[in-house]
Amino acid sequence: MFCEKAMELIRELHRAPEGQLPAFNEDGLRQVLEEMKALYEQNQSDVNEAKSGGRSDLIPTIKFRHCSLLRNRRCTVAYLYDRLLRIRALRWEYGSVLPNALRFHMAAEEMEWFNNYKRSLATYMRSLGGDEGLDITQDMKPPKSLYIEVRCLKDYGEFEVDDGTSVLLKKNSQPG
Amino acid sequence: MSEAYFRVESGALGPEENFLSLDDILMSHEKLPVRTETAMPRLGAFFLERSAGAETDNAVPQGFALLPRLECSGVIWLTAALTSQAPEILPPQPPMWLVLQGSKLELPLWLAKGLFDNKRRILSVELPKIYQEGWRTVFSADPNVVDLHKMGPHFYGFGSQLLHFDSPENADISQSLLQTFIGRFRRIMDSSQNAYNEDTSALVARLDEMERGLFQTGQKGLNDFQCWEKGQASQITASNLVQNYKKRKFTDMED
Repeated sequence: MFCEKAMELIRELHRAPEGQLPAFNEDGLRQVLEEMKALYEQNQSDVNEAKSGGRSDLIPTIKFRHCSLLRNRRCTVAYLYDRLLRIRALRWEYGSVLPNALRFHMAAEEMEWFNNYKRSLATYMRSLGGDEGLDITQDMKPPKSLYIEVRCLKDYGEFEVDDGTSVLLKKNSQPG
Repeated sequence: MSEAYFRVESGALGPEENFLSLDDILMSHEKLPVRTETAMPRLGAFFLERSAGAETDNAVPQGFALLPRLECSGVIWLTAALTSQAPEILPPQPPMWLVLQGSKLELPLWLAKGLFDNKRRILSVELPKIYQEGWRTVFSADPNVVDLHKMGPHFYGFGSQLLHFDSPENADISQSLLQTFIGRFRRIMDSSQNAYNEDTSALVARLDEMERGLFQTGQKGLNDFQCWEKGQASQITASNLVQNYKKRKFTDMED
């Protein structure tokens, strides 16, 4: 039965507990691509024979191989895409620098994708929040308390807050 | 669980599977009985490479069954029963298998879908047992007793996609799927919301994949709520992903 190797790839990913990145199965992928090549070539020759030799009974066979090709394609694309989703999650959960163990699990192209993603994210973060940018990968949960620590940069004098209390703002003091 | 990992969800319950969904790919790998309406010559490698190397996460043993000895143009084709659970049954056969007209086979859903058309020129599809009249009656009697994991771990998804084959029983099948789910849902919801910090394997053993997903969602909600109640929600903890990787690294060093 065709597409068994492709299914192995899918099962490998499915088995990894939610979100973890298993090693890149380069061998498996190569075998799937070889199978696709063989199917394609067989189909090519059968199509020629069907057209010129009038063998329309080959058509179901051609369709069969075509379905297998489509299935292999679906499995490989889904495999690669799901890995990218996991790698993207790594940036958000782990940070910019990945441990070596993880890096060995990634293919060279995946590493390149990761670097591009990091760069896009960094560019975006720099564009927020004025001059310094805003690191949105930190503090992803809303703050639990209503008050935050503030340090005054300049002398301002008396300042009246929404609820009526007034606060004295003096340079470098930290009113609660 | 990684909170930043957003996998592609299954679309099997809707009109079409999601192309990129791993769950849908696994679901459409399950087999259903078909009858070939025409011969398919030259499929030499078709049965040669048995699914010996492929383990299934699912416990359902499926097999290929070919018609017993047939003659065609002076060549004799032999029977074979191949099951993916017993790879040692047959030594590798010479690549002379031909799928003849009128043979009954079990093909994966993706293949059946691809070869099927309205005029049934290549295949005609039969319903698997559990979607037929007999089992439908069982489900309507008491949906809770059935072990849906054994019945094909993607009962609802597979059943929904079966509707593509324009069986005259489609209306009954869809009703049966719906009613079965309605019957079982209460128990799933109850158990997922009340099993805190305990071994849930007994509770999920008889659920199919979709129901297990629901159960997990319920558990997550419950755990998050308990976490909040204990005031742990605002504590910063290392992400699960990071913890898992750290654990793994240690065992790697030990090897």
